[in-house]
Amino acid sequence: MSEIVLEGRNIVRDYHVAGGLFGKAKTVRAVKGVSFTLEKGKTLAIVGESGCGKSTLGRILTLIDPQSEGELLIDGKPINIAKDRVTPEMRRKVQIIFQNPYGSLNPRQKIGEVLGEPLLLNTNKTAAERRELAMQMLVKVGLGPEHYNRYPHMFSGGQRQRIAIARALMLSPSLLVLDEPVSALDLSVQAQVLNLLADLQDEFNLTYVFISHDLSVVRYIADEVMVMYYGEVVEYGTREEVFSNPQHSYTKTLFAATPKSDVASIKARLEKKKAAA
Amino acid sequence: MTKLLEIKNLSVGFDTSSGQFMAVQGIDLSVDAREVLAIVGESGSGKSVAMLAVMGLLPKTATVTADIMTFNGHDMLTMTSKQRREIVGRDVAMIFQEPMASLNPCFTVGFQLEEVLRFHMKMDGKARRKRAIELLELVGIPTPAERLNSFPHQMSGGQCQRVMIAIAIACNPKLLIADEPTTALDVTIQKQILDLLVKLQAEHGMGLIMITHDMGVVAETADRVIVQYKGRKMEEADVLSLFESPKSPYTRALLSALPENATGDRLSTVADFMKNEAANAGVAP
Ligand SMILES: Nc1ncnc2c1ncn2[C@@H]1O[C@H](COP(=O)(O)OP(=O)(O)O)[C@@H](O)[C@H]1O
Ligand SMILES: Nc1ncnc2c1ncn2[C@@H]1O[C@H](COP(=O)(O)OP(=O)(O)O)[C@@H](O)[C@H]1O
Ligand SMILES: [Mg+2]
Ligand SMILES: [Mg+2]
Repeated sequence: MSEIVLEGRNIVRDYHVAGGLFGKAKTVRAVKGVSFTLEKGKTLAIVGESGCGKSTLGRILTLIDPQSEGELLIDGKPINIAKDRVTPEMRRKVQIIFQNPYGSLNPRQKIGEVLGEPLLLNTNKTAAERRELAMQMLVKVGLGPEHYNRYPHMFSGGQRQRIAIARALMLSPSLLVLDEPVSALDLSVQAQVLNLLADLQDEFNLTYVFISHDLSVVRYIADEVMVMYYGEVVEYGTREEVFSNPQHSYTKTLFAATPKSDVASIKARLEKKKAAA
Repeated sequence: MTKLLEIKNLSVGFDTSSGQFMAVQGIDLSVDAREVLAIVGESGSGKSVAMLAVMGLLPKTATVTADIMTFNGHDMLTMTSKQRREIVGRDVAMIFQEPMASLNPCFTVGFQLEEVLRFHMKMDGKARRKRAIELLELVGIPTPAERLNSFPHQMSGGQCQRVMIAIAIACNPKLLIADEPTTALDVTIQKQILDLLVKLQAEHGMGLIMITHDMGVVAETADRVIVQYKGRKMEEADVLSLFESPKSPYTRALLSALPENATGDRLSTVADFMKNEAANAGVAP
């Protein structure tokens, strides 16, 4: 029997934006009633162009921001952070990783401390235990014990993303929301980070919500795909369904706009060009 | 036939506190009129620096050397900076990744367009305005006459990039250098901008240098491709050969790291690939 880890029922998020000098305050509905279920160990990808509400939804799923309406269920339990007290156990379960890990790393904190901090704040582990676990996690994400005493600026973009992943994993979460985790990385580094995420998912049976605007990455990593457009879900299904038989015109536009680098497409383009010349 | 742009053995070094850093090392490159050349490489591979060297836009800490650098028959190594200023912006134009950052936020779109026409084309006010409207129309901006009075922050990223393209093609350049023109844009807008650039290139018979880190952009636009890595040229080929039968191990590594080329569960990484290559060749990595 598969187990539902995360469920959204008609989740809505409104932002109240103050008006300018003479303008009226207004309400922006950034997420307009999103529903889905996600099984343990699976990856749900959320795609759509900038401003369509992906990050807003990601912050709701990881209990950073409250939903304005609708229900969020984690491990079958409804939770609304505007009303309920969030238990440390709940906090531990869901973690988020952002596109730009540098912004979320304290430049004066050594990497070892970065990794030890969640344990310090949320557990009773001793300094020696924290150190040992941080060392183990560094190895797990493809770094080494020698990195323990280094500062964030001494790492490359790909290494910093590994550190962010390591930090998110310190409390053994069951759900990771990854908000554009490879968008700022070079292709070769992107491949390493995607492989790492796949390995970690296998090892810890992690559930991922993977936010991305890159369809080739989504096609590679997702089990299920949700396409958002102006705060609405316009397409939701398994990867096979969405990629082989997209229903909504926006999804089709998205596919048509994605560059094709297969040899047949290049040949077709060159032939068309030759005919036009 | 002489090339539109011809460069032989271009190197660029920067003075840094820890000695000289070579950002570009011995690159040969040429573009014909009516040709789209893509320069592809990961960040830091020296793509922008090489093109800024051609444009004469590098800071004083840079040392540029080359055996040959000619544009349209003019020797760019010996020309005065006054001669270079006349050519750059008129016959060679460049557009950059961040359209918002390249447009001046304090002036209207119309003013910025007309400024280029005034400086390079010596047109009078009425002719400039007419040409400015024509240019905005050409790059697909709706209601161009009204748009002349807009400030950059009143437009979307895609529209700002269209304005940048309008400014770049204002003086009918012979060569357009586009440095990651769509990296900051959504994929649907990217498609529109790439289509626009390729269309303008064909219609105006320009040479186009497309700088990118994205193999998909290369596949969609290029006639010929240069693959660059750590300031050096790894491979040069026509676009079909590059994707069909890449010669350099680095190009093969880049292509196999593309998620769409994944075989099975794992992506090959450039590091894996270089290691295997070295092992197969019987040398230590
Ligand atoms: N704190 C906020 N206050 C007001 N509006 C916001 C805020 N955060 C996001 N928005 C708006 O909500 C919409 C969705 O934003 P976001 O979730 O960041 O989109 P995405 O991650 O898909 O790019 C956008 O229109 C954005 O301007
Ligand atoms: N003004 C500068 N001073 C010192 N180093 C520089 C300068 N500009 C660029 N570089 C370095 O030159 C290398 C190539 O940079 P660049 O051409 O911008 O790469 P890209 O291929 O991403 O466009 C990088 O290592 C960069 O840090
Ligand atoms: Mg976002
Ligand atoms: Mg660059």
